[in-house]
Amino acid sequence: MSDVGYIRRHNRPLYFFALFYLAFLYIPVLFLPLFSFNDAIYVAFPIKGFTTAWYEQMLTNEPMHAALVNSLKVGAASSAIATMLGIFGAKAVTKYRIKGEKPVVSVIMLPLVIPGIILGVALLILLSRIGVTLSLYTVTLGHILICVPFSMATLMARFEGFDKSMEEASADLGDNVWWTFWRVTLPLVAPGVIASLLLCFTISFDEFIMAFFLAGTEPTLPIFIYGQLRFPQKLPSVLALGACILVVSFVVVFVSQWLQRRDDPAAQGLGN
Amino acid sequence: MNGNDAYIRIEKVSKHFGDVAAVDNVEFNISGGEFFSLLGASGCGKTTLLRMLAGFETPTMGEIYIDGAAITGVPPHQRPTNMVFQNYAIFPHLDVRRNTAYGLRTEKLDKAESNRRVDEALEMVKLQGFGDRKSTELSGGQRQRVALARALIRRPKVLLLDEPLGALDKKLREEMQLELRALQQSLGITFIFVTHDQEEAMTLSDRVAVMSGGKVLQIAAPKEIYNRPVSVEVADFIGQMNFVDASVTDLADGQALIDTAGLGQIKARATEFAHKGANIVVAVRPEKLTLSKDRPAGEGNAVQGVISTAAYLGDRSHFYVTVAGTDKPIAVAAQESDMSDGQSLGADSAVWLSWSDEAVVLLNRA
Ligand SMILES: Nc1ncnc2c1ncn2[C@@H]1O[C@H](COP(=O)(O)OP(=O)(O)OP(=O)(O)O)[C@@H](O)[C@H]1O
Ligand SMILES: [Mg+2]
Repeated sequence: MSDVGYIRRHNRPLYFFALFYLAFLYIPVLFLPLFSFNDAIYVAFPIKGFTTAWYEQMLTNEPMHAALVNSLKVGAASSAIATMLGIFGAKAVTKYRIKGEKPVVSVIMLPLVIPGIILGVALLILLSRIGVTLSLYTVTLGHILICVPFSMATLMARFEGFDKSMEEASADLGDNVWWTFWRVTLPLVAPGVIASLLLCFTISFDEFIMAFFLAGTEPTLPIFIYGQLRFPQKLPSVLALGACILVVSFVVVFVSQWLQRRDDPAAQGLGN
Repeated sequence: MNGNDAYIRIEKVSKHFGDVAAVDNVEFNISGGEFFSLLGASGCGKTTLLRMLAGFETPTMGEIYIDGAAITGVPPHQRPTNMVFQNYAIFPHLDVRRNTAYGLRTEKLDKAESNRRVDEALEMVKLQGFGDRKSTELSGGQRQRVALARALIRRPKVLLLDEPLGALDKKLREEMQLELRALQQSLGITFIFVTHDQEEAMTLSDRVAVMSGGKVLQIAAPKEIYNRPVSVEVADFIGQMNFVDASVTDLADGQALIDTAGLGQIKARATEFAHKGANIVVAVRPEKLTLSKDRPAGEGNAVQGVISTAAYLGDRSHFYVTVAGTDKPIAVAAQESDMSDGQSLGADSAVWLSWSDEAVVLLNRA
């Protein structure tokens, strides 16, 4: 490919940097699947032999399943709600050109830069002051808070490139604002919505700090894994789980990137 | 013209965007079943006026009535109008059929009936068999037809068209013009057609409103606008026109005696501003002037000049004739058959220009 040729010829340092970066990023990660098949309790070289025992153990680990289900629930709920809020927020900001739009957007985007530990502590104090018991609901609340900015950012890009006359045409053909939203706006921004759902789900699924502060007696998966690290004999099955999650994450990220790239709304076949 | 005389009434309508008066105190009526064009240069407020009719803009002042009812408070989806958008606004996520059927949701038809209506609409715009096409796989002309079918399927009382032919090539455009006109006549509904192409407006319309800077300069049938423009601006916008400064020297029984800069003493039908001593402009269309080598017989209007450029365009010829006293050469268009004795008139030939009293239009000096 000529792209690669171009990089090789003119940008050799950048090419090596990219290679180094990828190695730095992925080699540690690759230890996970490697040791998840290693026939030894201790995570250490040399490799002892091949086993699927850890995967079998993982399948029968009831507390782990409970934690996984908790994380899936929280992830599904917070990504759905955050995306819904993101849709309306992005729509309002891009369509109505509201007064003081810039400050409003900045405030919405603020959780992006506030450290999670501060947000977590703040929420914990607030919730305990008003007497809310910690549960998966409070974790979900925290996750919505950190997901909305990501959702907004994803969807605003989509709404910016939106042809206003599409909605006008719909209104002209007899649909009120709600029907127009349902029949035209939503299908046209659908790729952005899906990307936002995937992104928010991933953020929620591996979020640790907020969950650590806000979870009650039911741990999410990251908290459960953190708890398991104290017991060496449990570690290999955590590695097995980690390897599974890794594979799923790769797929999710790939799909969401792919959806984002399909930028031209005219090329979408959704809604048919 | 069928229908009532004032199906649509536009009363003192203005639309301001900040300091810009996009539409400025416009007032006129449109009859039912009329093919009405809004004609004007880019930025003169045509689209804004159309969007106020469709309900996408609210007049800053004034009121619009359709069929006797004020419509300012009526949202677009409840108006008896449908629009063909300048960029067509075809829904990219729906195929041709679904695009066309979009407006049928509110009619709550059964499946068979709605299929029949879609087929009927597609047939009307000659798109039978295109129903399954993706809307992203259409040519410009086909997109235009889909937009038309989609609007017509709702059987609107008024169809609003915003430069619907602007994006098409010349040949397709002329074809579509004929089709649009035929469609309008067979449906008998009101078309309000926005264009900046004066030829298009002239060939299609029952009446044309010439707009400039948010104001309506003249509303009349195409022929009248062509032959009796009310101002230099209108005359200049519609076709080619020779303008000569002049002043009124005398008035007698409806005729004005005029002293022109270059065309000599002429007579013309008096107008309200042509009072004695008034400085005016005399306008003559190029094709209303006759060229000849010798002075025409009789008492008619005639002046002598020299041809500065001559262009033969097949069946017609264009000349520019320099006449002493005028600041620009006078344009003359002649049919081959009109040329006296078949003489060939080249550059630098001395010629006579002649015209009838009716050929001249008196205009206020801007
Ligand atoms: N939404 C808007 N906000 C501000 N100014 C506007 C808006 N819409 C139109 N205008 C201004 O109003 C004037 C008339 O615009 P309009 O679109 O009606 O012109 P037009 O006659 O349709 O021109 P064209 O032939 O280029 O389409 C222009 O000066 C334009 O800049
Ligand atoms: Mg326009």
